[in-house]
Amino acid sequence: MHTKSLKGLTIPLISVLAGFIVGAILMLIFGYDPIQNYQNLLKGSLGGIYSIGETLRNMISLILTALGFAVASKAGFFNIGGPGQYLIGWFGAIVFTLKFSHLPAVILIIGALLCGALAGGLWSMIAGVLRAYFGTSEVITTIMLNYIILYLVNFAVKSWLASKGSDSSPNITTKANLNTPFLQHITDNSTFNWGFFIALAVVGLVWFYFKKTKSGFEIQAVGLNESASQYAGVNVKRTIIIAMLISGLLAGLGGAIDGLGNFENISVSNNLPNVGYNGMAVALLAAGNPIGIIFSALLFSALQIGGLSISVYSNTPSEIVDIVIASIIFFVGIKYAFELMTKKGWLKRKNKVVKGGAEK
Amino acid sequence: MEDYVVEMRHITKQFGSYKANNDISLQLRKGEILALLGENGAGKSTLMGMLSGLLEPTEGEILINNKVVRMDNPRDAKRLGIGMVHQHFMLIPAFSVLENIILGDEPTKATRIDYKKAASDIEELAEKYHLDIDVHAKVRDITVGMQQRVEIMKALYRKANIFIFDEPTAALTPQEIDQFIKILRALAAEGNSVIFITHKLKEIKEVADRCVVIRMGKVIETVQVAETKEETLAEMMVGRKVNFAVEKEETDKTKTVLAVNDLNVEVHGLPKVKDLNLTVHSGEIVGVAGVDGNGQSELIEAITGLRKIKKGTVELKGKFLQNLGARKISEAGIGCIPEDRQNVGLILPFTIAENLVLKSYHKKPASQHGLLNYKKINEIGRQLIKSFDIRSQSEKELAGDLSGGNQQKVIVAREISANPDLLIAANPTRGVDIGAIEYIHEKIIEQRNTGHAVLLISFELDEILKLSDRIVVMHEGQIVGEIDPRHTSSEELGLMMAGKTPIGQEG
Repeated sequence: MHTKSLKGLTIPLISVLAGFIVGAILMLIFGYDPIQNYQNLLKGSLGGIYSIGETLRNMISLILTALGFAVASKAGFFNIGGPGQYLIGWFGAIVFTLKFSHLPAVILIIGALLCGALAGGLWSMIAGVLRAYFGTSEVITTIMLNYIILYLVNFAVKSWLASKGSDSSPNITTKANLNTPFLQHITDNSTFNWGFFIALAVVGLVWFYFKKTKSGFEIQAVGLNESASQYAGVNVKRTIIIAMLISGLLAGLGGAIDGLGNFENISVSNNLPNVGYNGMAVALLAAGNPIGIIFSALLFSALQIGGLSISVYSNTPSEIVDIVIASIIFFVGIKYAFELMTKKGWLKRKNKVVKGGAEK
Repeated sequence: MEDYVVEMRHITKQFGSYKANNDISLQLRKGEILALLGENGAGKSTLMGMLSGLLEPTEGEILINNKVVRMDNPRDAKRLGIGMVHQHFMLIPAFSVLENIILGDEPTKATRIDYKKAASDIEELAEKYHLDIDVHAKVRDITVGMQQRVEIMKALYRKANIFIFDEPTAALTPQEIDQFIKILRALAAEGNSVIFITHKLKEIKEVADRCVVIRMGKVIETVQVAETKEETLAEMMVGRKVNFAVEKEETDKTKTVLAVNDLNVEVHGLPKVKDLNLTVHSGEIVGVAGVDGNGQSELIEAITGLRKIKKGTVELKGKFLQNLGARKISEAGIGCIPEDRQNVGLILPFTIAENLVLKSYHKKPASQHGLLNYKKINEIGRQLIKSFDIRSQSEKELAGDLSGGNQQKVIVAREISANPDLLIAANPTRGVDIGAIEYIHEKIIEQRNTGHAVLLISFELDEILKLSDRIVVMHEGQIVGEIDPRHTSSEELGLMMAGKTPIGQEG
């Protein structure tokens, strides 16, 4: 809320640059051409209408899961439950669409998205309640909740939604698909869908929530100083639960949009959806800033989508992209080391102000 | 030429265009205790930062034992025998006292740490300097006073002979201060030299040989303490006459504002407040004296709704408030300047304006329909900054960037501007400079004079004696006596606080 935005950009930019350099060095060591590959990456992600459509579509769930993670961090919590909340949101939206397929398209879509979001929110709220009333670490509970929901969803899909012998639910009715023929037409048949605009609108809402609302103010107050908030009369327990609820709502909405706009059904899976974890990375790179999350999601999405074409155009393994992504996060993670270094440099220039030193 | 242990010559320290220190010279003799007196922001910490290797002077030179030295980092300073004891202790709570002391300088036998040798070395030093420490206790379990002694021991263990103390008594109880002063004398008697930064005049009078007064980065004067009066020191420090006397008008003390009956509070099943009765009337300041940890904090927390009351009632002007929750209680008319201003009173990364509305952000005019009105919030901020003389750049400055005194003024402004029937002030002037103390005292008295009730909790006996109309002494969760401040002394009060012979006991 009060960060100086220009200064705040230095660390992410350095981290991104450093991540690309690490990727380039590795490619050189193993005899691949980094310039060629980075060019292919750019082409594959933003080099045409189709690839831009794919990149933007891939951003949707990254933005929403990142926002979810950011909201929880503002309240001082490390919500690792993104993957589970995304999954239950996806599941909720598909179930709603399948069961109420007779509803008119608009109501069906809105209902499905709300159902998915709410499922994500309630699931995450469990961790919030445990934290507020029993002080249980949300890190542990959200990880555990991830696994519980993974297997619950698998069980439900297999025994309830899927026909015998199948591992997937039936596809949803086309009228509920967010990837409409019009959008397919203008984006060269990409999977770009209306969810992108929903995600952008939600970014605006979250920004507004923290900047202007009482409830957002309370979440930040609790996140920064719980005792002071309690002393000031903030209902700390309620605030914690609200923060976790909103956090899960956002991740759940991400899952719901992907369900309707991209997957169109839900299948049994061995793993938690990766996007939940990638969303954390996006939020970390953006330092939790809602507007920053758009750009950070764009970068990660472009890397992921572009990475697919690296191995198409050359024999470079596309995993190099994962290394770049991981390096960026690594450099963001050691931002404290960067900060320390800048501070040290500052000290050398004899500008350090010690406590009680230079107050006017 | 005289032999000095430390000599700082014409030191100037510039931060950008701002001169934190301007041509400062000082000398420290062997075995001497030198006080460095100045308000917050006068430049004391900057000066000592240079002497302990944290900062480099822009101009000027430092001599240790008559040799010009250059210190690039705190390690250089340590090597020269300079030991710094910071205001905020640098100890690891989960480690034992012994481990904390030897950390970084562990004596080894083969490749293992020789704890036996370390312990015996430390015990020898402890005996020599009357430092009462328990080397095997974990730091998190020991008192603040003992933590400070551990810090002193850390310096001694590293063979320091020049000791710098930054506001050493700010967090200590009166008994601990006495003990600390004895340690200072022992250090000096063994031929060590001591510089201590403070703004407590009484301690300077008691223990220092000479005193250097700094104001706005310049040395105002260096005086022999024995020949200088407290008032003179205060005037030199602040740069104007200081008003020590408080003006208490006659007030009508017939209306009961706060009535606490039969209050019981437990923490983790242990009774902290026991069957406590207390009344505060309008136009009255009731001081609660007591050694830290005798239930004062729990008493305040129970009244303000931060801690559950097990039994008993809290009544404000006839309305029962027990266990109503912090917001309802504050809106019923109780304001509170909390003990811990940085962790409870303020949210440091928030702006001054946001902190000023911390208890009223949820209602008009600060917010409406769930939305905050930042225009109004900042306007309230500007107004209170002005009327409470909070020294800051703007209402949008972060509370964490203010000096201690100004942080406290933000809290005082917030609490008093809400116009509470009862103001609770817990250690309202701990660690703030004289100018701010004077101001905060004035504001508290003003509350009293305008017919409000004030409950003052303080470890500073002088403060209690000066402000209170009535003093109650708390010991082990109970009120063990009540005294009239006009007919008592700190000695009598001190005895009662220790739980001995309550004189003139009333209900």
